[in-house]
Amino acid sequence: MSTMSSEVVKSSRQDHTAVKSSLWTQSMRKLRKNKLAMSGLIFVILMFLACFVGPLFSPYTDGKINVTAMNKAPSLKHWLGTDMLGRDVMTRLLQAGRISLTVGLASMLLSVFIGSILGAIAGYYRGIVDQVIMRIADLLLTIPGLPILFILGALLSEWKVPVDSRMYIVMLMLSFVGWPGLARLVRGQMLSLREREFMQAAVVLGLRDRRKLFNHLLPNLFPLLIVVATLSIGGAILSESVLSYFGLGVTPPTATWGNMIDSANNVIDFEKHPWLWIPPGFAIFSTVIAINIFGDGLRDVLDPKHKK
Amino acid sequence: MSEPLVEVNHLKKYFPINSGLLNRTVGHVKAVDDISFSIQPGETFGLVGESGSGKSTVGRTILRLHDKTAGEVKFKGIDVHELSGKELRQIRPQMQLIFQDPYSSLNPRVRVGDAIGEALLDHGMLQKGEIRDRVEEVLASCGLSSYHYDRFPHEFSGGQRQRIGIARALVLNPDLIIADEPVSALDVSIQAQIINLFRHQQETRGLTYLFISHDLSVVEHLCSRIGVMYLGSMMETASRDELFRNPLHPYTKALLSAVPIPIPKLKRDRIVLKGDIPSPANPPTGCKFHTRCPFATAMCKEQVPEFRHVGHEHYVACHLV
Repeated sequence: MSTMSSEVVKSSRQDHTAVKSSLWTQSMRKLRKNKLAMSGLIFVILMFLACFVGPLFSPYTDGKINVTAMNKAPSLKHWLGTDMLGRDVMTRLLQAGRISLTVGLASMLLSVFIGSILGAIAGYYRGIVDQVIMRIADLLLTIPGLPILFILGALLSEWKVPVDSRMYIVMLMLSFVGWPGLARLVRGQMLSLREREFMQAAVVLGLRDRRKLFNHLLPNLFPLLIVVATLSIGGAILSESVLSYFGLGVTPPTATWGNMIDSANNVIDFEKHPWLWIPPGFAIFSTVIAINIFGDGLRDVLDPKHKK
Repeated sequence: MSEPLVEVNHLKKYFPINSGLLNRTVGHVKAVDDISFSIQPGETFGLVGESGSGKSTVGRTILRLHDKTAGEVKFKGIDVHELSGKELRQIRPQMQLIFQDPYSSLNPRVRVGDAIGEALLDHGMLQKGEIRDRVEEVLASCGLSSYHYDRFPHEFSGGQRQRIGIARALVLNPDLIIADEPVSALDVSIQAQIINLFRHQQETRGLTYLFISHDLSVVEHLCSRIGVMYLGSMMETASRDELFRNPLHPYTKALLSAVPIPIPKLKRDRIVLKGDIPSPANPPTGCKFHTRCPFATAMCKEQVPEFRHVGHEHYVACHLV
C-alpha cells in the first residue's frame, strides 16, 4: 500500500509517548493560564475553607451571648467586634458563610440536576414531552423569581416552619425558581447537538439510545452545564441573602450573611457599629464577584464560540 | 444478472416547507422525485450531479436517515422503510455511511478507538476485551497506527479523520458503503490517497459502494456504473465506459465537457449551461432540464420524458435521444 505513504510517515514521526490530550485537559491548561479566573477560584476556595474550618479554631461559640461585651468595636480579642448580644462577629460571619455557601451550592446542584434532566429529555425526545416540560418552564419563567420567593417565604413564616428546616426549604425554593432557565438552555443545546453529523453517524451505526445519550450527547453538554452551574451558585447566594435580609429566608438565630445585615438594619447600627454590616456585605459581594469571575473564565475556556 | 444488493424503485423524498403563524405546509421541496436504480453486489455505483440535485438525499433515504415520501428501497430484498426500529437496528451494520465533512462527523469528545469500536459493542459482535485488537486491525488497514486508538479527533488532519470515518464504517464488515462526497472536503493529494483506500478496501473485502460525488474525474476513476442526477431526477445511467464514450443526455454532455483536462492547448466544445439550477420547490414542467438545455423543444416543456432503455444497460430520460 504505497499510497498511504505521507500521512502515516508524518504521524509516526510524532512522539508516541506524547501526553494524551483530551479537550478537557486542554481546557484546564488554558484555564490555569487565566490569572483572573484562577484568583477568583482561589478566593472561593479560601472562603469555603475559612467558613468550614475557621470556626473550629475560634475561642467563641456561635450564639453564645455575652452581656459584658456588647457592641464592642473590632479589637485583637474580637477581630470584627461584637454585636448587640455580645456575640463575636467574626465567628458568626464564618458560621453564616457555612449556611450561605451551602445553600448556594446545594440549590445550584438541585436546579442543575432538575433542569438538565428535564431539558435533556425535552430536547432529545421532542414532541409532546417537550411541549409539556417547556410550557411548565415557560409558566415559571413568566413570573419574576423574587416575588415567588417572597410569597413562598411568607408562607413559611405563616405556617411556622421550624427554624432548623427552613434552610432546606430555602434550598428547594431557590432551585424551584432556578431550573426553568437551565432547562431551556440544556434543551436548546440538545436540539442543536442531536442534528450534528456525528449523531447521524451514531444512528447509521445503530447505536443504542443509552450510548447516544451518555457517551455522545452528555459529554458535549458538560462544558455548558459547568459554566452555568458555576455562575448560578453566585445567583443563588445572592437570592438567599436577599430573602434572609427580608426575614423570609433562613431566620435568626441561625446566621446567614443576609440576616446578619438585616439585624444591623437601623440607623444606630448603621452609623455607630459599621463592623456589624460591612463584613457580611463584603463577604456576599466578594464571594459572588469571585464566583462570577471564575465562571466567566470557565466560559472563555470551555465555550470558544462565546466572545466577550 | 444476479439479485441486486440495493434496489431503489420510484423513490420520492419531499421536504415540507412550513411557514406562517400556524406553521402550515405551504409547499414541498422535491429533493428526490421518482428515482429508480439498482446496485449489483461488488460494483461501485457513482451518483453525480451539481449541488442541490438530491444526490445526498438519495443516499440518506436509502439508509433511512430520512423517511421516504413514496416508492421503495430494497436492501438484499428487504424493504428498509418497512422495518421496525429493532429490525432496522439489526440491519444497520450491513450498510454504512461515510460523510463528506470529516470534521463534524466525529464527536470531538469521543476517543478514536471508542468511536470505531463502540458499535461492535452495541451490536454484541465482540466482547469488550476483543474490541481493541479488532479496532487496531481496522486502523492499520486504513493506514492509521494502533497508537491512534487513544487519541481524540482534533489531533488528526482532515485526511486522517476521513480514514477514521472509513475505519468506523469498515469495522462492522458492511456489505454496502454509501460514501457521500467523501473526498470533496480534502485537498487533491489527500483525495487520491483516500480514493485508493476505497479501491483497496473494495478489492480485499468485496464491498459495494454507492459513491456520491460532483467530481466526474473521481467518479470515472472509481465507479463501474454512473447515474447522473438533475433536480431530483435521474437523467441518465450507464456503465462508466459507455457514459464517458457515448453520453446521450445534454446535461451529461455538459457535465463531461466541464471536466478539466491536463492539456491546456487542446480546443474542445464546451457546453456552458446558463443560469442556476431551478428551485426544487417549484421545478420546471415537462423535462426538468428544459430551462437550461441548449436543444430544448416545445415538447420538452410539456411532456416529462420517460426514463428508457437505449441498449447496453444505458438508460436516459430525454425526448431527443
